[in-house]
Amino acid sequence: MIEVRNLTKVYQMGDERVAALDGVTLSIARGEHIAVIGPSGSGKSTLMNLLGGLDRPDDGAYLFDGEDVSGFDDDELAQFRNQRIGFCFQSFQLLPRLTALQNVELPMIYGGWPPAQRRARAAEMLERVGLTTRMGHRPTQMSGGQQQRVAIARALANSPDLLLADEPTGALDTHTTQEVLALFEELNRDGLTLVIVTHENEVAEHAQRRIAFRDGKIVSDERTLAPA
Amino acid sequence: MKFIELLRFATGAIIAHPLRSGLTSLGVVIGVAAVVMMTSIGLGAQQRVTSTIASLGSNLIIVSPGAARGGGGGGGGGFVMGGAGTGMTLTEDDAEAIARDVEGAIAVAPVVRGQAQLAADGANWNTRIEGVTPDYLIARDLTLASGRMFDDREARQGKKVVVVGQTVARELWGEQDPIGRRVRVRSVPFEVVGVLESKGQSSFGQDQDDVVLGPLQAVRSRVVGRRLRGEVVQTIYVKAESEDELTRVQEDVSNVLRVQHRIRPGEEDDFSTQNMASILQASQAAVATFTILLAAVAAVSLVVGGVGIMNIMLVAVTERTREIGLRMAVGARRSDVLIQFALESVALSLAGGIIGLTIGVLGALAIARVGDWPAAVPTWAGPLALGFSMLVGLAFGAYPSWRAARLDPIEALRRE
Repeated sequence: MIEVRNLTKVYQMGDERVAALDGVTLSIARGEHIAVIGPSGSGKSTLMNLLGGLDRPDDGAYLFDGEDVSGFDDDELAQFRNQRIGFCFQSFQLLPRLTALQNVELPMIYGGWPPAQRRARAAEMLERVGLTTRMGHRPTQMSGGQQQRVAIARALANSPDLLLADEPTGALDTHTTQEVLALFEELNRDGLTLVIVTHENEVAEHAQRRIAFRDGKIVSDERTLAPA
Repeated sequence: MKFIELLRFATGAIIAHPLRSGLTSLGVVIGVAAVVMMTSIGLGAQQRVTSTIASLGSNLIIVSPGAARGGGGGGGGGFVMGGAGTGMTLTEDDAEAIARDVEGAIAVAPVVRGQAQLAADGANWNTRIEGVTPDYLIARDLTLASGRMFDDREARQGKKVVVVGQTVARELWGEQDPIGRRVRVRSVPFEVVGVLESKGQSSFGQDQDDVVLGPLQAVRSRVVGRRLRGEVVQTIYVKAESEDELTRVQEDVSNVLRVQHRIRPGEEDDFSTQNMASILQASQAAVATFTILLAAVAAVSLVVGGVGIMNIMLVAVTERTREIGLRMAVGARRSDVLIQFALESVALSLAGGIIGLTIGVLGALAIARVGDWPAAVPTWAGPLALGFSMLVGLAFGAYPSWRAARLDPIEALRRE
């Protein structure tokens, strides 16, 4: 599904040019469950931003189902993020003024769904993540685990091809971490492709494939046949 | 469809901070209210000036002694109301010459004026007295409420008869019928033969019914005689047959008078003529200029209101950087973000405009009711006020919205 060739991203830090991503080549198949690990500054977040279409590479190619995403303009990238990608962030990034249901509706609004269908789909997604009774709550009225589940429901709203999660359990306690990881595994079993950036071993162990980064390069790419 | 959703995002953000939104709109509220009130007052003034000048008589040409000075603009009012021009260059002969030689002059009315103490049946009243000919009623579009006007013969013979205005009649005789009664004007007894129909108060505050009309000869010799020698008159009113004839008649009057006064070509006139149409035009232009000036000053506060909106919108963009980043991450295009924030700014400004329009209209009506000043809310005030406030919102929201749309989603999401 994803072909990344010689992907390079360089940042200007004062006088110095730092290669956050230094010629990364990688391919991801549909249905994979991947953990991207490495110390901070190793380039894993940059990879995530590039895969998610939030940024463009300075060099290299990014093919998504054969389409060259690195050549997209801003509007095409926006549509790509809307239709193909679901994001989960460490800090959830829910809009505090909106209810859980409205937060889940957000990607569908930008996708141009009619209101009634949108609402039905959002309710369905919240049910999927086990939040049937919390649809009218605002983020501040919910626990961290619940908020992250709303965020996952939002990421699933437009049936993305790829779910990108950046430290999704970084702000959660052990118990809720387990719940969220179980949810991810369930979604993966249903065919969703998952890429999770993490530095927690526990999270990485759940993945079938672990890609380790250091200084903008892949240092190891190992698979386990069965999830732990 | 999506536009409606973006509008809902925009209004949602406004409603989330009612106090802040209210204070932000306040500048536009004040600006729009001020513009609406000022233009209403200006338009009212214009209507008042128009009705005042029209009440002097239609298709009227006013001939005054002395050379015309300066522009005809606001000075017109002075001529119209004052009447007592400088010099004594106009005579009854001039009036006769105009009546005889100018085609299309349907009424020619020479006038002398004075102030006189009246006494009748134990009551006293100080008023304006005008020495006129019967044509005066035609020239000034006056009508009689009762009795009759003195005729040419009575006027020529210096008969001591008068026609009184409503105010004079009321002050001297109350509810009683003044016809046939005697009134002493500066101790000279006159007989009242008619009462004028009320013309009401002029816009300049003068009571147009506070007047006594007497035959020209009698009034000049008995009342204002000391100041006027021979057949001198202070003003000659000439009524043209129609509005189309007005300018032509005015020119003919000038030509006749130049011959009468033996003014050689190139020499300056020793009289001046003005027609109502041009006076009206000049006064309206003056009032319009004044109105525009007032509205422009008021519009400055609208601009200040716009700056206030821009300021708060910049704050909002900074505050909501993460929201913008998230919206972009889930698929908002830059144009979606731009439109959302532009709509927010326009909605703030438009809400201010609607409130300001309401306050402005109510304020103008209150001024009309309480103060003695007409206020006419122009029909275009509504669309103009709302259009302008939208424009202000758009103009001052453009930069903040652009800033929001230019944000880098990665940076924006990372912002605390």
